[in-house]
Amino acid sequence: MEYRSSLGQVRGLGVSKEGGIGHWWMQRLTAVALVPLTLWFVFSAVSMTGTDLIQFKAWVGAYGNPVLLVLFTIAAYHHGQIGMTEVIEDYVHNKTANVIAIVLVKLGAFFCATYTIFCIARLTFGG
Amino acid sequence: MASGKRPLSPHLQVYRPQITSLLSIVHRLTGVALVGGALIFTYWISSATYGPEVFKLAQSILGSWVGRLVLLGMTFSLYYHLANGIRHMAWDVGWGYELPRLKITGWLVVLFAGGMTVLTFVAAYAVAGVR
Repeated sequence: MEYRSSLGQVRGLGVSKEGGIGHWWMQRLTAVALVPLTLWFVFSAVSMTGTDLIQFKAWVGAYGNPVLLVLFTIAAYHHGQIGMTEVIEDYVHNKTANVIAIVLVKLGAFFCATYTIFCIARLTFGG
Repeated sequence: MASGKRPLSPHLQVYRPQITSLLSIVHRLTGVALVGGALIFTYWISSATYGPEVFKLAQSILGSWVGRLVLLGMTFSLYYHLANGIRHMAWDVGWGYELPRLKITGWLVVLFAGGMTVLTFVAAYAVAGVR
């Protein structure tokens, strides 16, 4: 006879133990933010084709652009990090390699986003 | 915990490729490619903090034929992932699961991505021509 409830048996298994619902929700939230942000970014990047540094700095520092660039950086790296984690969870079956890969992806995304924001600030405020 | 032998998704080899499954795996592939795109973005922005020479080098690398080819791939990946992402969110609210709709929206995504990629590159060449 089985004394544990059906819910009790499945709790803590699969993605739910790693906060899968939270990942799912943040993936959608960042996706919604990225729709206008990426369209704006592609439009801007196209307008920056072949520019020199003076014009580029003027664009980065122009009214509203630093904020949009930082938002784009955060949303893009957070979304990318969730997606990469999902892919690793699906394809890297070795438990040790799986954990190492996920840690590297998350730390890497955190570092790259922070560094990019630092660069945007530096281009905006000079120095 | 008996989690060692559970079946794991997704299986790429065991099903006959169909438009639905093909578009699904391309969503993943473009997503992974766009992580590379994010790194290129960081390289581009950061190069500007190291002075005019380093930025000029970054611009010339991105503007070389290899750079253009990579950016072409990134542009297509971006529009594809964006459009198919909206398709995903439509599914999240329960719309578009019927097979005819799946096929129509799928082809719309491919058409949008292809068309917008061409438009974007025409615009980029126009800007480069003026400069």
